[in-house]
Amino acid sequence: MKFFIALTITLALVPLPARAQGKLTVITATEDLAAIAREVAGDRASIESLARGYQDPHYVEPKPSFILKLQKADVLVVVGRELEIGWLPPLIQQSRNSRIQPGADGYLDASLQAEILEIPQGQITRAMGDVHPLGNPHYWLDPENGKRIAKEVADKFSQLRPNDRAYYEQRLADFSTRLDAAEKRWLGMLAPYRGTKVVTYHRSFPNFAQRFGLDIIGYVEPRPGIPPTPQHTLDLINEMKRQNVKLVLVEPYFDLKTPNAIARDTGGQALVMPPSVGGVKDVTDYFKLFDYDLNLLINAIKKIGGTVSRIRNPLSIEVGDAPGWQGAKRENIGNIRAMSNAASRDAAPAECQRISDSGH
Amino acid sequence: MRAMRVVCASTVAAGLLIGAPPASAQDVQALRQEIDQLRREFETLKQQYGDRLSALEAKLAVAPGGAAPAQPAAAQPPAAQPTAQVPPGAEGAGGPTGALPVYGAAVAGSKVFNPDIAVIGDFLGAAGTNELHPDPFGPGDAPRALQMHESEAAFQAVVDPYARADFFISFGESGVELEEGYLTFTTLPGGLLTKVGKMRAAFGKVNTLHNHVLPWSDRPLVINNLVGGEDGISDAGISVARLIPNPWLFLEATGQVFRGDAGPDEQPLFRASKRGDVSYVGHVRAYQDITEDSNLDFGFSYSRGHNTAGQLDAEDTGRFITNLYGLDATFRWRPLQRSIYHSFVGRTEWIWSRRDQLNGLQSGSGVYVSGDYQFARRWFAGARYDRSNRADEASLLDTGGSFVLTYWPSEFSQVRGQYRRTNYALGQTANELLFQFQFSIGAHGAHPF
Repeated sequence: MKFFIALTITLALVPLPARAQGKLTVITATEDLAAIAREVAGDRASIESLARGYQDPHYVEPKPSFILKLQKADVLVVVGRELEIGWLPPLIQQSRNSRIQPGADGYLDASLQAEILEIPQGQITRAMGDVHPLGNPHYWLDPENGKRIAKEVADKFSQLRPNDRAYYEQRLADFSTRLDAAEKRWLGMLAPYRGTKVVTYHRSFPNFAQRFGLDIIGYVEPRPGIPPTPQHTLDLINEMKRQNVKLVLVEPYFDLKTPNAIARDTGGQALVMPPSVGGVKDVTDYFKLFDYDLNLLINAIKKIGGTVSRIRNPLSIEVGDAPGWQGAKRENIGNIRAMSNAASRDAAPAECQRISDSGH
Repeated sequence: MRAMRVVCASTVAAGLLIGAPPASAQDVQALRQEIDQLRREFETLKQQYGDRLSALEAKLAVAPGGAAPAQPAAAQPPAAQPTAQVPPGAEGAGGPTGALPVYGAAVAGSKVFNPDIAVIGDFLGAAGTNELHPDPFGPGDAPRALQMHESEAAFQAVVDPYARADFFISFGESGVELEEGYLTFTTLPGGLLTKVGKMRAAFGKVNTLHNHVLPWSDRPLVINNLVGGEDGISDAGISVARLIPNPWLFLEATGQVFRGDAGPDEQPLFRASKRGDVSYVGHVRAYQDITEDSNLDFGFSYSRGHNTAGQLDAEDTGRFITNLYGLDATFRWRPLQRSIYHSFVGRTEWIWSRRDQLNGLQSGSGVYVSGDYQFARRWFAGARYDRSNRADEASLLDTGGSFVLTYWPSEFSQVRGQYRRTNYALGQTANELLFQFQFSIGAHGAHPF
């Protein structure tokens, strides 16, 4: 109803003018950003990603055919945090497109409002491997960051097409509402398995793990960007055995030989888990990415016996230390109320009373 | 009854529709007032804090070095904040009094505008014998078994909203040389990409590449014989490149004008003896994706400049010209999902040199064909076939071939071994084992494809 009223007001106050400037042409660095931009832009932009979801986003070939795409773009959305440093700068330079040069209006770094983890402290050197000095760039794997990215995208689109501002904002609100509901569902799905310990190949999942309460105890790569070594693999296997860890999460673009060997040795399982939209064929939008990954994870935990590797203290499972857990709950209560009708709203206080009574 | 219910429902619905928006409009009004109120409060607060802050700054600035007792900021050395006196007259006009801090002085924060700096080391070694070319990687006569061939320092940054600059300074065995240093205008109208400065010319593929991105430790015979070797066509000039719009493929045309000096002193390609002796390079590149894993890249190049065949006692009496034509083709394959483990690049360049000399036109050509296969994340194997006439004596034909094995400990270092066999025209044969260590420190920008 709220949404409907908002829409009515918008329609009343802003008589939809003819869109003078036409459809936005948007190029994104990755398919995740394209998926989020599509949620915001609907049919008022043509959106295309340069990298594919099953491709390592650190190593994309800067093909000249990308130059042609960038040449026509009104907006370029990048993941940022130096994820694309190895391939995007020369493409932008050769694009002959002043709209999308860094610093221009059409250049959008999607990471600016997002929660970024693993920002290195103190002196960093390449001895640590391919560290990202500005923090871990795999931040989109958290629905809360998804909303923040969408907000950035909506603001940028509104700035470039002011006449469509209301449309973008309404779609952003709708996306955020649906994402909130989905996040609640996802957190519920994973609630019994919070604290499950896993190993990942590359550091692609810190935001995902934080949001959904996974405990990443190690990496197949000895250091970011450095392929596995026998000694490190051996150490990792021993550590996994010691902590009774059975799951190895592998991005679709990494070789499965080492992860499979680790899984064989520890009696566990190596899971090919796409960190991006388009990572596997069925994952075609931002919601399906989480649906797919979480189902994959939960099925695997069930298969190998979900209880073995979790934190023992039930209290910490219940409360959870991921900051978004309670926040998400609260926001969702707000949404439910907003969508319910008057009668049930009246009934709600009594029900709340009863629940809180029985709680004491 | 049913009618009644319908009427009721409609009334309620109508009431909602009519009632709701005004109620919300009021809400909006109230919210707006509230925001305005907050804004005013915030402004007042900001004003207060600003005043207090500037008063404090002025006080600090006036206080002679460390003399102000019981001030926490007194611990800071006075030199940390240079000051300037308020110009006379400003006080009376309601301006600030006393000394003001000077902003924009040299502070640590100015480092953020430093260019990206990288140094790439290229260490080369050679075993085996080569009587004709004792220096295994250059045109000289020094029989260098081991050499720190090149230390390339790169400085790259954006100049202003319209341009960026790239400098590559090469510290070699025999001195320092500006390998490239140019300004690129990125936002010119008309889709023109313009470069000004010293740069490697867009003649073919190998001529455009720095040593450290080559798939070999040396350069092919045809490049050494006909296009000026490692130095190649690299000169001060102006370059303009434009995409040619068409619905089928990537098509780019490049036109370049250079001063007219190219190639090393031992074996010059072009030399200008007058201001008008500029050299020209034209290049057309066509690129097409075959699948998302593979693509084809074709190029046609042309270059023209004055050669040294007619130079007698440092005077160019002959005024002879060299015309160069080049064709290149590259096939690349890289499966996207395993892009960090496997790839293949097949490449060939064919070059035709037409050099005017005292003894007539020397028309020679040469070609290389190479293939490089990445068979593991850090391992590459490659082979190259060489064949080329000599520029000044086109009847002489050198042939050769190489096998190359490359290992990457990481993206930032590389170890390479190469077996090279060369059959020179007059019967000499050289069998050489070359090896190379390359390493890079700092923030080296990505290379063009």
